[in-house]
Amino acid sequence: MRFGVVIFPGSNCEQDVIGACRFLGLDAEFVWHGDTDLSRYDAVVLPGGFSYGDYIRTGAVARFSPVMSEVVRFAEKGGPVLGICNGFQILCEAHMLPGALLRNRGLKFICKTVDLRVDGVCDWLDRPIGTILQVPINHNEGNYTCDASTLARLNDNGQVVLRYCEPDGSTADEGSAPNGAVDDIAGICNERGNVFGLMPHPERVVDPVGGGTDGQPFFTTVVRKLAEVAG
Amino acid sequence: MARYEIFVTYKTGIFDPPGATAERALANLGYEGVEEVKIGKYIRFAGDVDLATVTEMCEKLLANPVIEDFRIETVEE
Repeated sequence: MRFGVVIFPGSNCEQDVIGACRFLGLDAEFVWHGDTDLSRYDAVVLPGGFSYGDYIRTGAVARFSPVMSEVVRFAEKGGPVLGICNGFQILCEAHMLPGALLRNRGLKFICKTVDLRVDGVCDWLDRPIGTILQVPINHNEGNYTCDASTLARLNDNGQVVLRYCEPDGSTADEGSAPNGAVDDIAGICNERGNVFGLMPHPERVVDPVGGGTDGQPFFTTVVRKLAEVAG
Repeated sequence: MARYEIFVTYKTGIFDPPGATAERALANLGYEGVEEVKIGKYIRFAGDVDLATVTEMCEKLLANPVIEDFRIETVEE
């Protein structure tokens, strides 16, 4: 069981992901954006950062990196792919997940710990619906949007895995997403459930030194699921 | 060589955070009657490429068709 953590020029959270994996006793290695062989890996993570300086749009250039064609193939075969923050933006630009991430409402970079409610399950997270997790966000473009039919499909299929919420788990009428995301969406998965993108940074709350451990299930769930598949 | 001007704007119905902020800021500065401000991107492009290719470039990289529309104008020399 080995995680591959892709480094694009401008990624800056890859060490955090590797650190989180190693804290949990999981094998994890860096994958360069020019690499085209993912056969060594059982799960792939696109970490946060500012790939290609966020030029044109966040993730717009990274999606054309050589490694991305392989990430698409890896996901098509059912391989688990996790996109955190900039990684989520790249997955949307690559059309591996629907929708897009706009500038935060209010145009401010937001860096704080938020409450998230589990509203769905995927290969990366299968906590009971309604579970509240505290995970930090750290972004300028986390304002998730999609058209009305896509939003209805995401909700109907249970593809909205995480929503921003109030401390008691409710969502406010005016919205609980600090960035203005539609329907308070913080993380979504594809229909198959193996590709998961989220704006919050679970890797930062794996080792308790980061202020919490609510990020641990994001890494342990996929390990358990892969073990189940392997029998 | 051909010259093009490309205007990229959010699709109707997509929230435009910089535009909405400018709208509020203008109202705060006392400018009355401001109803809709939209902020987009302007790209000036020169090269030995035809319009069809520039359109393809916009669809693939310069704009995101999920959220943005684009308009290409050919600049006469």
